[in-house]
Amino acid sequence: MPDLLIELFSEEIPARMQRRAADDLKKLVTDGVVDAGLTYAGAVAHCTPRRLTLAINGLTDASPTTTEDRKGPRVDAPEKALAGFLRGAGLTKDQLTIADDKKGQIYVARITNQGRPAAAIVADVLDRTIRNFPWPKSMRWGTGSLRWVRPLRSILCILTREDGHQIVPLDVDGIGAGDTTEGHRFMAPGRFSVTSFDDYEAKLKRAKVVLSSQERADAIWQDATNQAFAAGLEVVEDAGLLAEVAGLVEWPVVLMGRIDDAFLDLPPEVLQTSMKEHQKFFSVRDKTGKIVRFVTVANRDTADDGATILAGNNRVLSARLADAKFFWENDLRVAKEGMEQWTDALANVTFHAKLGSQAERIERIAALARELAPTVGADPDLAERAARLAKADLSSEMVYEFPELQGLMGRYYADAANLPKEIGLAAQEHYSPLGPSDDVPTAPVSVAVALADKLDTLAGFWAIDEKPTGSKDPYALRRAALGVIRLVLENGVSLLLARPLFVELAKIKIGREHALEFDASEAVAEQLRERQGHLVSDFRNKEFEKRHAQHRNGKSIAESEALALDLLTFLHDRLKQHLKSEDIRHDVIDAVLTGDRTDDLANVTARARALNAFLATDDGENLLQGYKRAKNILDQAEAKDGVEYSYGADPKMAETEEERALFDAMAPAKPAIEAALAAEDYPAAMAALADLRAPIDAFFEGVQVNAESQVVRRNRLNLLSEIVRLCAQIADLSKIGS
Amino acid sequence: MSRPDTPRSFQEIILRLQTYWATKGCAILQPYDMEVGAGTFHPATTLRSLGPNPWSAAYVQPSRRPTDGRYGENPNRLQHYYQYQVLIKPSPPDLQELYLGSLQAIGIDAELHDLRFVEDDWESPTLGAWGLGWEVWCDGMEVSQFTYFQQVGGHDCHPVSGELTYGLERLAMYVLGVDHVMDMPFNDPSAPIPLTYGDVFKQTEEEYARWNFDTADTAVLLKQFEEAEAHCHEILSRPADDPKTGKRIVMAHPAYDQCIKASHIFNLLDARGVISVTERQAYIGRVRTLAKACADAFVTTRAGGWSDAA
Repeated sequence: MPDLLIELFSEEIPARMQRRAADDLKKLVTDGVVDAGLTYAGAVAHCTPRRLTLAINGLTDASPTTTEDRKGPRVDAPEKALAGFLRGAGLTKDQLTIADDKKGQIYVARITNQGRPAAAIVADVLDRTIRNFPWPKSMRWGTGSLRWVRPLRSILCILTREDGHQIVPLDVDGIGAGDTTEGHRFMAPGRFSVTSFDDYEAKLKRAKVVLSSQERADAIWQDATNQAFAAGLEVVEDAGLLAEVAGLVEWPVVLMGRIDDAFLDLPPEVLQTSMKEHQKFFSVRDKTGKIVRFVTVANRDTADDGATILAGNNRVLSARLADAKFFWENDLRVAKEGMEQWTDALANVTFHAKLGSQAERIERIAALARELAPTVGADPDLAERAARLAKADLSSEMVYEFPELQGLMGRYYADAANLPKEIGLAAQEHYSPLGPSDDVPTAPVSVAVALADKLDTLAGFWAIDEKPTGSKDPYALRRAALGVIRLVLENGVSLLLARPLFVELAKIKIGREHALEFDASEAVAEQLRERQGHLVSDFRNKEFEKRHAQHRNGKSIAESEALALDLLTFLHDRLKQHLKSEDIRHDVIDAVLTGDRTDDLANVTARARALNAFLATDDGENLLQGYKRAKNILDQAEAKDGVEYSYGADPKMAETEEERALFDAMAPAKPAIEAALAAEDYPAAMAALADLRAPIDAFFEGVQVNAESQVVRRNRLNLLSEIVRLCAQIADLSKIGS
Repeated sequence: MSRPDTPRSFQEIILRLQTYWATKGCAILQPYDMEVGAGTFHPATTLRSLGPNPWSAAYVQPSRRPTDGRYGENPNRLQHYYQYQVLIKPSPPDLQELYLGSLQAIGIDAELHDLRFVEDDWESPTLGAWGLGWEVWCDGMEVSQFTYFQQVGGHDCHPVSGELTYGLERLAMYVLGVDHVMDMPFNDPSAPIPLTYGDVFKQTEEEYARWNFDTADTAVLLKQFEEAEAHCHEILSRPADDPKTGKRIVMAHPAYDQCIKASHIFNLLDARGVISVTERQAYIGRVRTLAKACADAFVTTRAGGWSDAA
């Protein structure tokens, strides 16, 4: 059984694409040969900046010859049908046999698929793989039409058996396969031939190429940590950077250099970011956490042991850090002067063409942060001030140079300006959480500003109809929504969102003064909540418009209402996504979107969790069945009789034991549930509901609702109605699927 | 390879590059006689990268980026600087090796330095052009851009050109070991009258920084932008056949001059801070429209591959 070795040698492949490409090569080739009838024992793929390599061992020599019987038309079918069948099978009529089938007598063709040698199959599969390789971005070069990530220079493709190796005959756009490759570009120029994977890997190492990226990464990390350790220092871990650097070299040589004393006072994050982003250096810190040296990884040994390379890197770094220091010092001056220059400058920065400047946006956020402050336990003045300064650093020179330092620089500058520490903290934290695993701020002022920032973002893009669609979410609105959800849930913030959302939207639609002057906003919010309970996504603009027809901004107010409702629906959808991780089903959340608190996401979640836990119990499952049965009977009766059975039931008219028992159980359950709901103790409400399970089951077991006596029947229907309404206080159980 | 000796001045580096690329067969052209933002704007690159005809040229191109002016005070930022540009079509298979040879020629010894090709995709929204390639690093410093042109002026490049761009000041500062551009020897330091880069350019950097940032007449510039744009379209609207000579003469180059002019005026307006973020995109789009129209015209010229037989 031969082993297969493939190497696609090209000009330098971007580091970030290498690993994926090696995996794709492995998948495409192994899938291809297996589809063609070969099997193999194992496969491993490697990548360096200049090559993708695949080694497959234990490949079968050839695909097996197979036969299949293909059923054809009936013997009495028209000539034309037979001719078509023969063409498809590539046979003549005398080669067919006749067999019995349930249709009658039919022709059968025995088709033989001749087995093919591995070399021919590999040649086909590799040709196809190269021509259709899924590079994220590919290019042409010279006069050719082949596409590759950068010019493809050579193809090595051999099958190795015990008695020697064989070149797989292959030519892709003028590049013929062979058994040769190249070593390190500078340290071992020239081509050499190889006979097997082991031979290839060993010769490459002699030619100063470490084939395995893992081996390169390990060597870099080990050497870097050793050098740092010897100096009493520690390398700052960065797995992403390590993988990238390992993809930039074939022969890693680790060099550690000093950072000029002039730059040691820069914030460590600035040093680290500048060195990483511009130079791909690792940072090395001392025991106090101060960054004092750097590690760079060169691609070669030199006669002077890297002295020239290190000196060059040092000069480049000094030039970079001189810039950073210049920015830092300028920024500190502006910060100490009160940052006015920065906040003023934000008036000239467009946030979005349709949403005005950053300054206008900050104005809205500051007002909202102030309004939200009491709810999250923050001081309103401080929250407003923090919101006004939270984005000031966007105008700083450092953030212009390193956008990823936004927020963090804000904190440094706020602290340098001796502002209350809550302000600096809010500047740093208000962008959080940025993703599902990012920490959620807990400091009240930070929470107020973070919520205001995200709610304004959502309202803004909703106002200009830039909602996320399908996979497109250019303004990261799903992330903003998740941020809102995590901020309220993880901080246990009970916040009614309808009003702030409506007001933000109205501010954008009709301007701040008008929005605030529109004193009905609380009433509007109530309306929204009420509607939310009944319908989740179906709302009609027209109805809103009608209600505000008298108002001079009626149309815009109606629009804001409709958009707020839509935005709440969006938040509920994201909440459903978020609670999936707790195994809370969509329909459970739909069921608790009732009552007057549906815009309080913490409340919705608490109810959903309680209901979910309840439904997982035996009592819950049975009560749900009982409820559905009651609702069914009631709905049918109400439809038939054209009345609503909501008069209340009279225990005196109970005829059976089971009926009386249910009345007895209902009497204490009602106040118990109401009290639990008032105390927001949803598990207690569920427990009270659970007490009804047995009497309800027994009731349906022993009682015929549709009694002959109309009086008795009506009383029983009124009883069912009470059960349904009682359940409805907790959740709309009809939304729960089976 | 023999150890290269180190050049002694800025001009020696330029001369060595000229000689090197001349020996490799490039036509050594002179700078284009208009204000441009980069060597790519020279018609020897933009227009000649289009169409099927082979091409091989190298040249120095003075380039202007008004927003980068720092009154000659910043160690490496200038509003006027030099690029060295090489364009070969079709890109030869050994272009990387040719390029590395040019570094050797200016004193960068590959045996002592760490030379790396680091991913960098190039895109020029104003030219409607993009390509894939690298920035070349020498000991962690970017010394050149290396690009395989895929599209220019909205046209797919067939064959593909290989483009090399050297930022001459930065490269020379590195080779000569100078920390401030104004201190760099322009001619040989032992010449009877040695001149530094500052002797030659400090005065102009100051003057242009003031003009670019504060005094360039924006009303005039806005008008000139409109005029150049209109003029470009007007030139291209003329019929291919010249009524006077009776010959087919498509005026791609004169039209492209107006495109270059519009692009530079836009850069000046940008430096004056009178273009808002939204307008910016619109202006870039207008220049791109011109560049595309010129590219469309060029491919209907003989130099662009048009043949009378077709």
